Amino acid sequence: MQNNVLTGLNDHESKLNSIWMQLLLERGATDGATEEEESKEFTALFLEALNQGGNSDNLNSHAFEKLYDLLSGISISRAKRGFSPRETAQYMISFRDAASQILSEIAKDPAVLFAANLELNAVLDNLIIMNFESYVRGREDVISRQTDEISEISTPVIRVWDGVVALPIIGTLDSSRTQIVMENLLQQIVDTESSIAILDISGVPAVDSLVAQHLIKTVSATRLMGAECIISGIRPEIAQTVVHLGIDLTGIITKATLASALQTAFEMLQLSVVKRK
Amino acid sequence: MITTTNKEEIAIIKEQDVVPMRNRVRDYGVKVGMSILNQTKLITAASELVRNLLKYGGGGRVIVEEVTNGRDKGVRLTFIDNGPGIVNIELAMKDGYSTGKSLGLGLPGTKRLVNEFDIKTEMGVGTTVTIIKWKNG
Repeated sequence: MQNNVLTGLNDHESKLNSIWMQLLLERGATDGATEEEESKEFTALFLEALNQGGNSDNLNSHAFEKLYDLLSGISISRAKRGFSPRETAQYMISFRDAASQILSEIAKDPAVLFAANLELNAVLDNLIIMNFESYVRGREDVISRQTDEISEISTPVIRVWDGVVALPIIGTLDSSRTQIVMENLLQQIVDTESSIAILDISGVPAVDSLVAQHLIKTVSATRLMGAECIISGIRPEIAQTVVHLGIDLTGIITKATLASALQTAFEMLQLSVVKRK
Repeated sequence: MITTTNKEEIAIIKEQDVVPMRNRVRDYGVKVGMSILNQTKLITAASELVRNLLKYGGGGRVIVEEVTNGRDKGVRLTFIDNGPGIVNIELAMKDGYSTGKSLGLGLPGTKRLVNEFDIKTEMGVGTTVTIIKWKNG
């Protein structure tokens, strides 16, 4: 359905923009000048889509393509700049309010105005949904980037002594994490030419059979590289739980604390720490 | 007679659901006043079963309950999946047996960690595992 009243918005483009901006400012849903250009572009593309025959019956037609691209770009950038969901929704709702305000000025006949508003809403409802989908996608991007960053930061390999590296593990050891831990550890053993690796699990909340299996695999891989692996930070409750579960860790050197693991490492390297007189 | 004093249900669909679920279980353990040791045993048992639920059952749900038998307080966990079921339950309860490539300690180990352990499985329908850990158990 082509609505000739909607195309009447063409003559009021700058007015539409200024009302829209004003509404956004009143509602506190914009950070001001930075968005003005984008918003002007949005209005221009919106009107262009309508002029190209875009209406509520062909919301997926190519007339809307450019508009959708721009809108999703705006929403993603808003998500990354930290706008709240309310502010993001206000962005499109304010545009609709501004457009209806102009429509009510140009259409005097209530029936025509009603039809025009109905059409406007049908088109904008779709845009509001898109706006939101993009916003959520932007947020998810942020989250997945942070997740990657966290798993990178959370597996630091520390060189504690010449030939000794330590890797404190904090949090849960799942399959993907173990992979990162193992890769980092093995690479560091090569890079630092270390012969002893200490895996500290003080920060692991629970050791179940899968975590134990991952630890055993890491130890085996370390040994294949010609280095010895010591697991430290076994808390009393973890020790008892492991025993009850029936996990066999007898082939692995385990210590209660990182300090005693380091001491064992010194002994293996035939080093001794003595107090200076 | 075991009565439930508090109850909630957690959906387990992906691996990311495991950690929040485990933290809820810990909260319940703390609430009934469990020692660190018993909390750790309960969390480890929950962790084993929830991994099975995901790996073999294709996801499901966990019901966490605070229960009492009049003398003692405890936490009851029910793991429900609609997976293929367990072919041979006697074998599955044996140490070192696994159809996956794991250590084969999940089910028998869990049984040793908790006070009460019950498993029901039906081919093509799913598996339900119920465990109880008493505060002083």
